[in-house]
Amino acid sequence: MKAAEFEYFRPTTLDEACGLLADTGDDADRCLLAGGQTLVPMMAMRLARPTHLIDINRITELQGIRDLGGSVEIGAGTRQRAVEKDPITRRKLPLLAAALPHVGHHQTRNRGTVGGSIVLGDASAEIPLVALILNATLIIHRRDGRRETMADGFFEGPMMTALEPGDILTTIRFPVWDGTTGSAFHEVAPRKGDYALVSAGAQVALDANGTCIRAAIGVGGCAPTPLRLQAVEDALVGQRLTDALITQAIAPVPDLIDPESSVHASAAYRRRAAPQLVQRALLDALSEARP
Amino acid sequence: MIATIDIEFTVNGKPVRISVPPRMTLVDCLRDMLGLTGSHIGCEHGVCGACSVMLDRVPIRSCLMFAVQADGAAVTTVEGLEGPDGKLSPLQEAFWDCHAMQCGYCTPGMLVAAQGLLDENPTPTSAEIREAISSNLCRCTGYQQIVEAIQLAAQRMNEGVDHA
Ligand SMILES: Cc1cc2nc3c(=O)[nH]c(=O)nc-3n(C[C@@H](O)[C@H](O)[C@H](O)COP(=O)(O)OP(=O)(O)OC[C@H]3O[C@@H](n4cnc5c(N)ncnc54)[C@H](O)[C@@H]3O)c2cc1C
Ligand code: FES
Ligand code: FES
Repeated sequence: MKAAEFEYFRPTTLDEACGLLADTGDDADRCLLAGGQTLVPMMAMRLARPTHLIDINRITELQGIRDLGGSVEIGAGTRQRAVEKDPITRRKLPLLAAALPHVGHHQTRNRGTVGGSIVLGDASAEIPLVALILNATLIIHRRDGRRETMADGFFEGPMMTALEPGDILTTIRFPVWDGTTGSAFHEVAPRKGDYALVSAGAQVALDANGTCIRAAIGVGGCAPTPLRLQAVEDALVGQRLTDALITQAIAPVPDLIDPESSVHASAAYRRRAAPQLVQRALLDALSEARP
Repeated sequence: MIATIDIEFTVNGKPVRISVPPRMTLVDCLRDMLGLTGSHIGCEHGVCGACSVMLDRVPIRSCLMFAVQADGAAVTTVEGLEGPDGKLSPLQEAFWDCHAMQCGYCTPGMLVAAQGLLDENPTPTSAEIREAISSNLCRCTGYQQIVEAIQLAAQRMNEGVDHA
């Protein structure tokens, strides 16, 4: 259970890191090290054997939470626990704040980063799901440029994303909803801190009459990627949300998802749990939105 | 062979200068190079919590960090929790009083996790205690006495009573 040998690099600027990562022409396997909460176990088990490890923990450009009014930008290297405790996150990104306590444990969140989780793109992971539900903008740098891409479309398959070799995710820009909004996040996991078997997040906005003007809903652990439930959203927008309407809107959920069986939960279990969790998240989001 | 890297950090308040191979984990460095065998190795891949130490005052898993990454940091191990006079800390004392250990393998990690909680939240509820130690596995105790010990430590620390 010891990692194979590697050469260690510790850039202090983004430019330097992009250069180190892009520097190919040999058969070196270059890999970024963020919080290490997934990569280091993989290296210990020799499932990952980078020859060049580029530690991005000392790059200040990747750190921090910035309130831009209509959006909040989180540096990819910001620790999950720092984001969880931050007053800006709690006030402006309540869905993210609700999801973060489910990500591992205090100890893993003290090291694990927001960007590292999104880059892994695990279908059961909470942060990618929230990024998808809110359709966050992902800002990516590489040696020869910078681009922005939306979370919708970023998660391509099981642990596969649109990130290319040489790319560094630098910032995640989460849109902030104004007006009367509510949000909630629920999951079932074998034990506290484990990856979710099934998770669901919902955010709704209401107008002055209590009509739903916006809804964003997604589930984790139900498909090869985190999944947004557009059909459920469409059934809610423009309506006054009652318990009966919500029950009706979630009815198609088992057909919208494509879960697999694992040792911890069968596909049939996930099909039953998903609508329940979506309903719970919606009801809680609604009661938070209503004064 | 890949060259070793010189690092400087503090361990339990004492400055350390050492040269480590990049692939050496922090827990191996603490145990094998510095002789601090209080931090235990259970799983070596982040699931058991036996290797918990404080890094810049917050608990982390020292098997999930390479020692080179601790360059410039302040590390506190279970050995550093005791008072300067060598007396057990209120938390350690409470573990003793509540019989919060059997084989003791998980105990250093539990103490570090619990100290991290009490530093941040001096009056934790039982649910908050369970949450904070959810990262640490114990095969022996069934956790109940550990929760009670942390509660007792919090109570004593808040009363400011010295029970040594
Ligand atoms: C006991 C335990 C329980 C856990 N439970 C959960 C859980 O319930 N839910 C959950 O979602 N996760 C969980 N995790 C994983 C989570 O803690 C990790 O933090 C996260 O998945 C990866 O983030 P990291 O910063 O540690 O990334 P690392 O492990 O350092 O890196 C992961 C991968 O992403 C790449 N990478 C990292 N940052 C960037 C970047 N900015 N740009 C490009 N590539 C990058 C790395 O090269 C690597 O390939 C758990 C981990 C442990 C040890
Ligand atoms: S030895 Fe580090 S978590 Fe198990
Ligand atoms: S006392 Fe034996 S593992 Fe906890």
